[in-house]
Amino acid sequence: MLEIRNLHAEIDGKPILKGVTLSVKAGEVAAIMGPNGSGKSTLSYVIAGKDEYEVTKGEVLLDGENLLEMEPDERAAKGLFLAFQYPLEIPGVATMTFLKAALNAQRKKRGEDEIAPADFIRSVNRAADMLGISREMLRRALNVGFSGGEKKRMEILQMALLEPRMCVLDETDSGLDIDALRIVAEGVNGLRAKNRAFLVITHYQRLLSHIVPDTVHVMADGRIVKSGGPEVATELEAKGYADFAAQPAA
Amino acid sequence: MTALTPIRTKAETALMAQFDALRGELPKGGPGKGDAGKASREAAMAAFATRGLPHRRVEAYHYTDLRNLLREAAPLARLPSGKAGRSVEAGRFLGDLSAHEIIIINGRLMDAANLASQLPKGVRIATTSDTAPTILDENDAVVALNTALSRETVTLEIAKGVKIERPLHVAFLQDAGAPQAVYGRLNVLVGEGASVTLLETYEGPNGIATQSNIGVEIAAGDGASVEHVRVNAEGDKAFSLSSLGLSLGRGTSALSLNLILGSLVSRHQILARFAGEGAKLNLNGVGMLDGDRHGDVTLVVDHAVPGGESRELFKTAVDQRANGVFQGKIIVRPHAQKTDGKMMSAALLLSEDASMNNKPELEIFADDVQCGHGATCGALDDNLLFYLMARGIPRPDAQALLIRSFLGEAIEELSSEELREALGGLIDGWLMRRA
Repeated sequence: MLEIRNLHAEIDGKPILKGVTLSVKAGEVAAIMGPNGSGKSTLSYVIAGKDEYEVTKGEVLLDGENLLEMEPDERAAKGLFLAFQYPLEIPGVATMTFLKAALNAQRKKRGEDEIAPADFIRSVNRAADMLGISREMLRRALNVGFSGGEKKRMEILQMALLEPRMCVLDETDSGLDIDALRIVAEGVNGLRAKNRAFLVITHYQRLLSHIVPDTVHVMADGRIVKSGGPEVATELEAKGYADFAAQPAA
Repeated sequence: MTALTPIRTKAETALMAQFDALRGELPKGGPGKGDAGKASREAAMAAFATRGLPHRRVEAYHYTDLRNLLREAAPLARLPSGKAGRSVEAGRFLGDLSAHEIIIINGRLMDAANLASQLPKGVRIATTSDTAPTILDENDAVVALNTALSRETVTLEIAKGVKIERPLHVAFLQDAGAPQAVYGRLNVLVGEGASVTLLETYEGPNGIATQSNIGVEIAAGDGASVEHVRVNAEGDKAFSLSSLGLSLGRGTSALSLNLILGSLVSRHQILARFAGEGAKLNLNGVGMLDGDRHGDVTLVVDHAVPGGESRELFKTAVDQRANGVFQGKIIVRPHAQKTDGKMMSAALLLSEDASMNNKPELEIFADDVQCGHGATCGALDDNLLFYLMARGIPRPDAQALLIRSFLGEAIEELSSEELREALGGLIDGWLMRRA
């Protein structure tokens, strides 16, 4: 589903990604682990299309289509979703207004009709109940005054509502206590499906004991330096990143 | 000292000639009021003749240099007959509001005879030829011209303790087929403990270089509660000068919101005076400037008594080659202890050529006060834009959503949902035309 080939990207002339190659199949949950500064978050931003990063080489394909030529909103309409590490606060925009604008913008781009108001409210409420998000929170301005855990749950709510095919989760576990982590993980697990893939970016193994991945990739110095099954995460938990940090991939 | 003979600009000379012509037209006035009005007009014009139009070296006009900008003084507008006006559409751009409508065309109150019976109980309306200011600074050139050249003052009086449920909507219209100047004056006296929402709208034709100079004074009695919304929707070639004087009695609570949607050049000045202790004031502003438009808000909040609270929140979106100005000064007099004042002006620059001048000032002479100010100028936040776009919202829509949320903050404090929605609609309309 997602094909990343020899991806190089830089910010302000400083290379961050130095040849990432990775593929995620439909139905797969792939994890990317790596030390701070290895380029994990940059990878997620480049996939989603943040324009301060310049891609100097390589390709990112979603079902064969080149994402790099698309604006972020077009990528979203194609079924890409990035759950942000630090979801942003948007004062003055009610959460419901935002959700509806996002959903309808995607539908419009795909040539679908706007969602019926009753269906919309039903879908939002269903996702909110699953994630323990109160109706009162939905009435507030987007993410304004939300705790870190509430913001992450709101990201997963958006993911549930928008029904993307390819979900990238950028350090969704950061800043979560164990209860919030469980709720978020259950939310993600509930969305696992044959035709949907996940790329779970994390620094710690603990998220992966809740969202059990099919594949684990280790990133260091802008490259994937090791790939394997879930056992790679366990190994890392025991040994740490010292091996990778000390000898950046040749 | 040698007397200096000022060199008068063409516009200054024309304004003085207009006053000479108007003199003959005005009612001679009976004993008392009429005479007082005459004297203050003469004094105002004399003050103007001495100083002339203010220019960039006059601090309050630094960014809106009237000597330079007002090249021609358009002829005074003809007054419509007093009977016209009931059939006139006014303020429709705000949608259907449930309000008591008062229409002023070219500075003249329409349908005065019938109006009295249509207004709610406890509201009196009257006109007088006395235009002397009671709150505004008579030495200010714009106020002086307004005093000298306004033909009448419309006075609205809200009786003590009365709560007026629906807004009083004063609709100022320019009825113009060619360049003309309108001078007008409105005084609002809010009785002790009374509560009222006052809406002012300003409209005029597009494509005609109309000029206006409107003075409004609102005196709020002790314990009164006033919400005041002013919408400038004048034509796209309009040159609009306006002055608002506010006087706040003990324990009053007042909010005045200025929204700029129209005019090629506009300058709105506010003088807010705390006359009684413990009053609360909110001054808010929404500016939507585009094309080659210039919008100036210059205000002075004068804490003359202890225990006052003032909050200013001005939001300006500046697009294309437009230019915004905010000058705000909070004065805390020596005995005005326990004053709490906060002022914020934020501008969103939407194009490379847009500009904004922010100048907040504090003059504090008391020692036990809390005062602060902030001013920001910036582009749309790229991170917020990316966040919205990553959810599928196209760039123009994402921008509109962010501008809407930026400007919308300044209207949130209005208690009337109907007015909040109407003003929100104006912002949405502007954003739609922008896209």
